[in-house]
Amino acid sequence: MPKVTFDEDLCKGCGLCVNACPKQIIEIKKDIINKKGHSPAGITDQSKCIACAFCATMCPDCVITVEK
Amino acid sequence: MVVFEKPHALCDVPLHYCPGCTHGIVHRLVAQAIDELGIEGDAIGVAPVGCAVMAYDYFSCDMVEAAHGRAPAVATGIKRALPDNIVFTYQGDGDLASIGMAETVHAATRNENITIIFINNAIYGMTGGQMAPTSLPGQVTQTSPYGRDVATAGFPIKVSELLAALDGPAYIQRVAVNNVKNVKQAQKAIKKAFENQIQGKGFSLIEVVSSCPTNWGMTPQQALDWVEEKMIPYYPLGVYKDKTSEEGEK
Amino acid sequence: MSEKVLMKGNEAIAEAAIRAGCRHYFGYPITPQTELAAYMAKRMPKIGGCFLQAESEIAAINMVYGVASTGLRVMTSSSSPGVSLKQEGISYIAGADLPALIVNVQRGGPGLGGIQPSQSDYFQATKGGGHGDYHLIVLAPSSVQEMADLTAKCFELADKYRMPTMLLADGTMGQMMEPVLLPEESGVTVEKPWALTGTKMQREHNIVNSLYLKPEELEKTNFDRYEKYSIIEKNEVMYEEYMMEDAEVCVVAFGIAARVSKNAVVEARKQGIKAGLLRPITLWPFPSEAVKKAAEHCKAFVSVELSMGQMIEDIKLASECKCPVELCNRAGGMIPSPEQVLASIKNVAGGNE
Repeated sequence: MPKVTFDEDLCKGCGLCVNACPKQIIEIKKDIINKKGHSPAGITDQSKCIACAFCATMCPDCVITVEK
Repeated sequence: MVVFEKPHALCDVPLHYCPGCTHGIVHRLVAQAIDELGIEGDAIGVAPVGCAVMAYDYFSCDMVEAAHGRAPAVATGIKRALPDNIVFTYQGDGDLASIGMAETVHAATRNENITIIFINNAIYGMTGGQMAPTSLPGQVTQTSPYGRDVATAGFPIKVSELLAALDGPAYIQRVAVNNVKNVKQAQKAIKKAFENQIQGKGFSLIEVVSSCPTNWGMTPQQALDWVEEKMIPYYPLGVYKDKTSEEGEK
Repeated sequence: MSEKVLMKGNEAIAEAAIRAGCRHYFGYPITPQTELAAYMAKRMPKIGGCFLQAESEIAAINMVYGVASTGLRVMTSSSSPGVSLKQEGISYIAGADLPALIVNVQRGGPGLGGIQPSQSDYFQATKGGGHGDYHLIVLAPSSVQEMADLTAKCFELADKYRMPTMLLADGTMGQMMEPVLLPEESGVTVEKPWALTGTKMQREHNIVNSLYLKPEELEKTNFDRYEKYSIIEKNEVMYEEYMMEDAEVCVVAFGIAARVSKNAVVEARKQGIKAGLLRPITLWPFPSEAVKKAAEHCKAFVSVELSMGQMIEDIKLASECKCPVELCNRAGGMIPSPEQVLASIKNVAGGNE
């Protein structure tokens, strides 16, 4: 099963992963503030993930680990 | 099975770059190449002066911090001392194309067997957004508040084209990191630049067209769109010189 | 190996460096040190070494910085205007605590100046030269033999204290031919665990760096470095005394000026004046104790310099102004004659009688 995990404390909330996701299942979690003071990105529907790793490819901070 | 995780050659520390800064992507691509080629134990990196000054804290190989623009000279010294090690520099546009232009051109013309990763984001980031040698005509920066006027400030320097005109360098390619397709292309180019060195083919420089959302005054995504719309037309992507594929090249 | 050969000073430096295990030389052409680079260009390829003519003095010193960061012995040479260009890199080498040798075969200045010998880079060499708080160990040869011996000594001290050293010669010393007994082969004897060699995946990465964004950390590196300097000031001072035991006039001079001064001292003694010569070999650390001791039994100093008077300030400081210090100098490429020095000796000797 494809699985995406976000190391939320590393995330700066830049949103590049949001735009990169072909399934549009990543969003910025506006209700959360991480250690750095950013609202981190997270996945909304794990079941739709195809493990393409586009999100991780565009992430400047190695926040995302993708498994299949 | 892990499809994607942080490469080993990147230290386990958070990067200090601004949100959405593509330095992080390029750092990762360099680290991925080092991982894939299994050269972390032999690699020695040279950090620039500029936003990437603290790259020495981010790569897990041996690192040295050079004076502004002098990284190719420092790398030359290291490579001449330790020819079996893998030596790379990571430099921005102010560092490489302004203050360090002589060091860049001469390392290239000597075909030093080193790898240079050149970040072109058309601005001085660390000092707060001044005009760079690669700032586009009309681009507004702190020191070109009315837009870069080519009549007084001159034209941007196209580093890849300029270096490709030399007989010396082995490999010159310009890539971008503004979308998934281009990042994958950049990944291949950076890996090739390291492979060239391993195979003793000589000087390889990869110019990476990048973004600076903070100093461009844009959101990270807007900045990537600006790369596509403004930067890439002025700085076309592609291989500008490749002596590595020529027959009979030593 | 242990026979004397006739060599130019510049060539003696080069051969001594090779014998000290230096296999990397980076330079940029400038008169009057050209023979040094030419010698390296000829010899290095034959012994598996590296001679590289850099695109500028700035590039050359940064190549030195690169090799120094790997722990290997490395040097560059130039003359005054070129050494000014190298100051950025020298400051970085000092700030990163790297061993390296910089040779300055001085010529007249400021600006483009001339190509004749000078000692007017004394301030630049002994007080730092580039930005920030730092020193170089500065050795001043006054014979071709010392050009060779002190080159080897510079490499040894650079490794021992992990810092840049400078051989401060002048155009005359560089061009002069004398018989020289070349030093024995030597090499690095100290451990360099800080050197960049590649981690081999067996240790944490080494970082060679002079950037400290936290002021308390940067302050500590400065304090630590100056603690090291105080050890050097205690242990590494070198000087030569000539007829100083009963001297009433102490002539202080280094390099070519010391050779001229020695003749003047001999002549003064013939004429019944108790003159002596104190010749600093280390310009930094300056032989302050020796000067202070001389001030206790001398009635005057004469500072003989090929400059507008730079070392004279260190003499005044070291002697605590206990007796007058007269400047005997020429500048711009001119050399004081023994007669001029003798006249100065007579002037200060007679003045108090």
